[in-house]
Amino acid sequence: MTTAIEVISRGLGTGSIYALIALGFVIIYRATRVISFAQPALMLAGAVLVTYLVGPLGFYAAVVAGALGTALLALVAERVAVRPMLGRPVFTIAIITIGLDVVIRVIAIAFIGTDLPQVDDPWGLKTVNVLGATVEQRHIAMVVTTGVLVAALFLFLRYTRIGLAMRAASFDQEAAMAQGVSVGAVFAVSWAIAGGLAAVAGVFAASGSVVSGTMWLIALVALPVIILGGLDSLVGALLAGLFVGVVQSTVAHFQQYFPSWVGGNVAAISPYVLMMIALLVRPYGFFGTREVERV
Amino acid sequence: MSSMVKGRPLLYTSYEAEMALLNTRTKRVWFGVLLVIGAALPFLLTDAVLQTFSRAMITAVGVIGLGLLTGYAGQVSLGHAFFIGLGAYTAAVLGGDPEGRRLGFGITELWIWLPAAGTVAALAGLLVAPLAVRLRGLYLAIVTLGLVFVGGHFFNEWRDATGGPGIGRSMPAPTLFGYELGVEDKTLGLTRDQKLYWLMFAVLVVFGLAARNIARSRIGRAFTAIRDRDVAAGVMGVNLTRYKATAFAVSSFYAGCCGALLYVVPGFLAPNGVFNLEVSVLFIAMLLIGGIGTISGAILGAFFITFLPTVTRLIPDAVPFISANPTEFPNVFILEQVLYGTLVIIFLIFEPRGLFGIWLRLRNYWKTWPFSY
Repeated sequence: MTTAIEVISRGLGTGSIYALIALGFVIIYRATRVISFAQPALMLAGAVLVTYLVGPLGFYAAVVAGALGTALLALVAERVAVRPMLGRPVFTIAIITIGLDVVIRVIAIAFIGTDLPQVDDPWGLKTVNVLGATVEQRHIAMVVTTGVLVAALFLFLRYTRIGLAMRAASFDQEAAMAQGVSVGAVFAVSWAIAGGLAAVAGVFAASGSVVSGTMWLIALVALPVIILGGLDSLVGALLAGLFVGVVQSTVAHFQQYFPSWVGGNVAAISPYVLMMIALLVRPYGFFGTREVERV
Repeated sequence: MSSMVKGRPLLYTSYEAEMALLNTRTKRVWFGVLLVIGAALPFLLTDAVLQTFSRAMITAVGVIGLGLLTGYAGQVSLGHAFFIGLGAYTAAVLGGDPEGRRLGFGITELWIWLPAAGTVAALAGLLVAPLAVRLRGLYLAIVTLGLVFVGGHFFNEWRDATGGPGIGRSMPAPTLFGYELGVEDKTLGLTRDQKLYWLMFAVLVVFGLAARNIARSRIGRAFTAIRDRDVAAGVMGVNLTRYKATAFAVSSFYAGCCGALLYVVPGFLAPNGVFNLEVSVLFIAMLLIGGIGTISGAILGAFFITFLPTVTRLIPDAVPFISANPTEFPNVFILEQVLYGTLVIIFLIFEPRGLFGIWLRLRNYWKTWPFSY
């Protein structure tokens, strides 16, 4: 029981990182029908930005400022590289975002430097006792923060004007434009929100550890997550993110019982294997909208 | 040739002439000229430059393969690096020293291990194909991305075959019918790099022509029909399952052969970082920069990106604030990667047909000169 709580808490912790990034992917996908491969780089950029801000501002203010800064960066990236491509094939725009990812990531890594900086989070590797199990504080903080952010996001989409515009644009872009929705603004806000979420995820990914270029790989796990949840489902992204996190920590826990030919650290590839198996059963994810075929 | 009326190069009097491999005189002339120049280069260039040429040419084979899958059949794949890796390790295992520390069968004959590497990769490609039939577009891209991670894991873990992370293994020295291609030939006065250059050149010519041949055939037409609208192609009677599987198999075969030869020139292969996502992205970048949907474009792109570092290394001498030292900022290595990311974006926004499109524009300008506008 105590082991189960420990494994699940670890899973929910990393899962909430995936969920935050996956939510960004889904928000951009709903607005533009494109998977933005720049998300991982934005996450890294956000974490790096926070390491620079944490000194003068303190942790919490630095996270907020870092998230805003990354949102601004995402906004600029969208305006410069993605907006001119409006109406072009989805594949082309996706590749543009890969190009963006390369550029942002390389520059972000250059700012990390040789001695890997920390985000100086208040949790570190400290633990707390929950029902007899040792649970890391940072994992609790991750789950709580993700919960708050997701609630805020849903309220935003449900009750604000721009949120309504975003939902309308994701439903039918042309009809939304005809009703006076500024689709350009929807794109910009979507990218900005995705950037902000990625920055928070980046801080969590670096908490209790250091900021390094390999953090980029953590963000990539959000890709199987959005496939599992369905590309256009926010709820799917959240649940699949947490689920993948738990699966990963469970696989890591049972690592010693696996046959030797599968090799060490199977947990690292478990999201991808999970995705492939799931796709054979449900090609549009568990919460995604099935595409209607028209000739 | 006989079916072409003299002085009217665009008039075809038979279907065969129009569908020929090189269907205009310009193409035939250019092909001949490039063949002669390509074959003569080892006598004109130093060995160091020849090595870069060899790498560019063998990379081009992989890019052509990706072009057949993504450019012709329209199936976006981020998994090319996995197939390249599969080919590389198949070749290394087949050609490896049987007495060595790593798994090896000691088959150094090129005509055995090269097709074998391609075949193993092609079989893996066939295994992925069922997913491609069920999925399309970006879903497929992400699944193939998963392939790179799962494959990379096993490349790292299967130490007997791959050497393990950071250690790696040596590549076989290619032999063709008992003739050693990987050593200096004293009797003919040829260096190792000259011989390997000709090998890669021959492989590129064969694979390039084969790809053109596929593209103009029934299979190629099915590919383009699937790319333009797969549901419509299916309605017209194109067997989607079969042709998507064919596209994956052919593309993976090219990738496998590319992988098998890619590390022959350096002679050594280390698993970590060699066949990762960035390699897949690099291949896509080459394809897009060169010109998607053309064979010549794929070759152009491979050459462009392979020679990009050679050019950027000259920058620190010309621009004072950019350092050649990797620990300083900004340095050429950062610049190089930023440059190729930026190039992809710039090409996609301003010239989606890539370098090949630029060539088309130049050609059309001069074709109608002085009446061009």
